[in-house]
Amino acid sequence: MPARELREVVATEHVGAYTLLRVARGRLDAGLPGQFFMLGTPRRLLPRPMSLCLAPPDELAFLVDPIGPGTRALAALSPGDEVSVFGPLGNGFRLDVERPLLVGGGIGIAPLPYLSSWLDEPPAILGFRSEWHAEAAALVPNAQVVVEPTYVTDVIPRERRDVLACGPEPMLEAVRALVPAAQLAWEAPMACGYGACYGCAVELDGEWRRLCVDGPVLERAA
Amino acid sequence: MILNASGCLDALTAPEAALSLDAFVTKTVTPLPRGGNVPVRIAETQHGMLNSIGLANPGLDAFLAETLPRLVMLGVPLWVSVGGFSAREYATSCARLDACEEVHVLELNLSCPNVDEAPESAAEIVAACRAATSKPLYAKLSPSAWDVAVVARAVEDAGADGLSLVNTLRGLALDERTLRPRLATATGGYSGPPLKPVALAAVWACRRATRLPIVGMGGVWTGRDALELHAAGATAIGVGTALFADPAAAARIRGELLSELKTHGLSSVSDAIGIAHDELPRVGGVTARRSTKSLDLVQKRTA
Repeated sequence: MPARELREVVATEHVGAYTLLRVARGRLDAGLPGQFFMLGTPRRLLPRPMSLCLAPPDELAFLVDPIGPGTRALAALSPGDEVSVFGPLGNGFRLDVERPLLVGGGIGIAPLPYLSSWLDEPPAILGFRSEWHAEAAALVPNAQVVVEPTYVTDVIPRERRDVLACGPEPMLEAVRALVPAAQLAWEAPMACGYGACYGCAVELDGEWRRLCVDGPVLERAA
Repeated sequence: MILNASGCLDALTAPEAALSLDAFVTKTVTPLPRGGNVPVRIAETQHGMLNSIGLANPGLDAFLAETLPRLVMLGVPLWVSVGGFSAREYATSCARLDACEEVHVLELNLSCPNVDEAPESAAEIVAACRAATSKPLYAKLSPSAWDVAVVARAVEDAGADGLSLVNTLRGLALDERTLRPRLATATGGYSGPPLKPVALAAVWACRRATRLPIVGMGGVWTGRDALELHAAGATAIGVGTALFADPAAAARIRGELLSELKTHGLSSVSDAIGIAHDELPRVGGVTARRSTKSLDLVQKRTA
């Protein structure tokens, strides 16, 4: 199991509707794209799962959507504040893909910048609910951006692609209907991140799986 | 002695955390497999958290065949949490677990707030299990009972060897924007630091009412919390929600507890157990306990 360590916040930056939280890396392993970290602040009881967005030298950067008390507490951190960092956790994307296409929706684009850097910046399709949210697309190279009422599934090309996707559940279900072999990074409320709480269990194809230890990236069983 | 609260740690995904405990308590095992409740299953609240996992577990057959052998390999003493929907189900499970040498203690989960309860009383379930096993039986009780000490006495009379106090309290959290329940099942079990005074009161009452050893749990976050539960009468400590926030919580709490004992001039945990029930020592011939005076006043008024 990885270490849980206190780290200093280097900076927080607004990226459209979201906040990029940059944390000193120290000796923490950045992990593989799609893996996540539990980030905790002294102001909240429980940490929050955040997939790694960027791994600049000496830093780990996370894209936060400040929609509740926990994520707001993370987004409100200032340089020099301490944050507990526990990870990398879970299973990331499988990277042995021939013709990758990244698909992201909303805050689900969070792991795509780091994923893109591992796959030599493949094409990406990103969907957002507003132009303000879509400003975060600047983090992902080679991205085609759609804003509601257009959905990512409206523009996914028909030719065979290895789809790696992250986004809200309805988007993932729609992508899966179109590309059954897609690698999908799921999201669920999570208290612990390491298999203890069973809070993040989801029923997929008739089987219950804990996203923190069996996912968050899941592929349909062959 | 520090344990995890049942359902708050998976020793197979976090063996280091399990090995930092004096015993590992499994997630509750029911006779048949259970997927658990539909998501959303957890919600952090202002000071604690709610869960509605719904006793997700592989069922007793798979537990005995697959999970238990892997747990045994870890080498940490095992307590198995037993659940069911009737006294007969509990007793059948206990009889089968009785044959497992590696299982040290059976903890009867008599108080899950997220599933239907067995129709029998806690004491009736304990009595049925007592007839089925010679292993130590701990009864995990709800803090929601009007008088938990009455339940504690009843399960003691029925043959329980110990008490686990307390399980979660039923709670509800509403979404900020929609004002609808955040959990799919609406209500769930409330845990975390706000539970500590509730746990202290239950341990306090049961220490006075029974002679049973008590695993005190509920909001244990620091060594000070553990010390207070010991002082109220707990003979062991269970760590629950704190493990979600930090897998190393049990080891940290153990270290802090030792410092706390030292600060209070206590040489060991056993010196602290139940100390809250003792009169404070006399200083210069006068009892330093304020309540003595107020007790006098009450007696005069009622005289």
